[in-house]
Amino acid sequence: MTDALVQVSDVHKVYTRGAERVDVLKGLELEVRRGEFLALMGPSGSGKTTLLNLIGGLDKPTSGRVTVGGRDLTRASSRDLARWRAQHVGFIFQFYNLLPVLTAARNVELPLLLTGLSRAERRKHVATALELVGLTDRAGHYPMQLSGGQEQRVGIARAIVNDPTLLLCDEPTGDLDRQTAGEILDLIGELNRRYEKTVIMVTHDPLAAERAGRILHMDKGTLVEAQAA
Amino acid sequence: MKYLPLLWRNLMRRKIRTTFTFLSIAVAFFLFGLLMAIRTGFGVGIELAGQKRLLTVHKMSMIQPLPFRYLAQIQSTPGVRFATHMTWFGGVYQDPKNFFANMAVDPEGILRIYPEFVVDDDDRRRWASTRTGALIGRKLAARFGWKLGDRIPIQPTFFRPKDGKPDTFEFEVVGIYRGATPDIDETQLFFHYKYLMERTGDPGTVGWYAVEVDDPARADEIAHAIDRQFANSPAETKTATEKAFMQSFANQIGDTGAILTAIAAVVFFVILLIAGNTMAQSVRERTSELGVLKTVGFTDLTVMALVLGEAVLLACSAGVVGLALVTLAVPGFAKAVETFLPIFYVPGRSIALGLGLALLLGLASGGVPAYLAQRLSIVEALRKR
Repeated sequence: MTDALVQVSDVHKVYTRGAERVDVLKGLELEVRRGEFLALMGPSGSGKTTLLNLIGGLDKPTSGRVTVGGRDLTRASSRDLARWRAQHVGFIFQFYNLLPVLTAARNVELPLLLTGLSRAERRKHVATALELVGLTDRAGHYPMQLSGGQEQRVGIARAIVNDPTLLLCDEPTGDLDRQTAGEILDLIGELNRRYEKTVIMVTHDPLAAERAGRILHMDKGTLVEAQAA
Repeated sequence: MKYLPLLWRNLMRRKIRTTFTFLSIAVAFFLFGLLMAIRTGFGVGIELAGQKRLLTVHKMSMIQPLPFRYLAQIQSTPGVRFATHMTWFGGVYQDPKNFFANMAVDPEGILRIYPEFVVDDDDRRRWASTRTGALIGRKLAARFGWKLGDRIPIQPTFFRPKDGKPDTFEFEVVGIYRGATPDIDETQLFFHYKYLMERTGDPGTVGWYAVEVDDPARADEIAHAIDRQFANSPAETKTATEKAFMQSFANQIGDTGAILTAIAAVVFFVILLIAGNTMAQSVRERTSELGVLKTVGFTDLTVMALVLGEAVLLACSAGVVGLALVTLAVPGFAKAVETFLPIFYVPGRSIALGLGLALLLGLASGGVPAYLAQRLSIVEALRKR
């Protein structure tokens, strides 16, 4: 496969809890093309989120190699990974993970604090991101003053405010009703199509997975089946 | 600065808890300021007393008088630049509770040996030429509302006039001195020794001698030389530096400095536990949020600095408030205790020390939570919701 943004080669991930050894990923191989929208499905405990964490540089494999945009994440230091994430990856979580003490705008601004942008420039970027997710009028609201869908939109705005290459979504609609979930998926789809973001989405929901260009199923730490959506 | 809103918002997450912790720290620093003021009050005499000045007192007790004739012998002792005498009068103004130090002195001698008493030229002239004149400290004048020209009756306690006139000594306020620095006692009253002699018919004794030496390095040697002259006489002397006398006087009521330091240390230890507990709780409650910060690109060190910054912000802001309040309150306290502690203020170096302690408190209370936040695994943190 050419033009691969993400390459996962013979990746093993083992957790040990006391004397117990849990093989979460077993020699996993995966390539994701630049601009692709990939859905990862599978039962709980199949290793979907672990794989997403490895691709996002949040965790390291026990063995094997994870390369994103030509960068070998398995060799990078914790500090380098943090800086890389700030520039290249946006994360969207099931439970939004907004900081409750900050307004929507301040939450979106968080990744920009790590850049050298001035306050005015940061505000401009935040306004653009909030406009893109349709929440300009909620900039000054705190998470508890927003609905679930609005919170997730703020989460998406935070994920894209740095204009990352890769969007990693972990059950982004898992906590939303069907209609709101549809709106969020529309937004993620638009980010993929219009803004050419590479999207990897973990989901249990077949309807959500159908929005992706490719669906992969995982079970017990391996990819068991691949299908085109 | 760009992280300040984040630090502030996190501190304000639990307003009541933060407020109580803030108040605890502020009160601790208020108390610290007061303790430092008390310590200064007890120690300032010792700090200021020069090695250059000696005091010669009766060997048996400071309250035993010494012959006036010793003055000439002391002044002729090699190494002595100047000597003068002072006599404790112990007089009372209206009521015994209106206590203040009042002494009979040589009018020129007192100003020469204590140049830290600053007197205007006009006052100096009046003081030298008025036999019944009194030179009083600025704070004493303010305390009783005395001004130049006022006549003030002072009731003696152990000196008895033998001139047939009423017991009361009446002095005219002819000069008001101020301290060259804030540490100088401005609550004393001095009057002419000759006036005391006239009224009491005293055979010629004084309370003690204040002696200025040429070379402070030879102070001990000169002190011994003075005492040797009066050895085996009916009034043997004990001479030591003014600082040694002050220290010995302070020691009679215990090692005040050590006691106050111990109290301050206990207070700060308790506050450290309170602030540390607040920070630990605060970090525990938002483990997943710290995970989110790391996820979006905050490095381990930045997250550690944020947690530490919160603790420092809390401790320093509370410390500054506590120190500011005590600085404002001390003049009020000073009035209440000026009878016992004429010098009562928070020195600048204590304020600086307090600010340093506030910073240290912040670093110490936030140290462990910050370290744990730095070590926090993102994956583990995101699981805790």
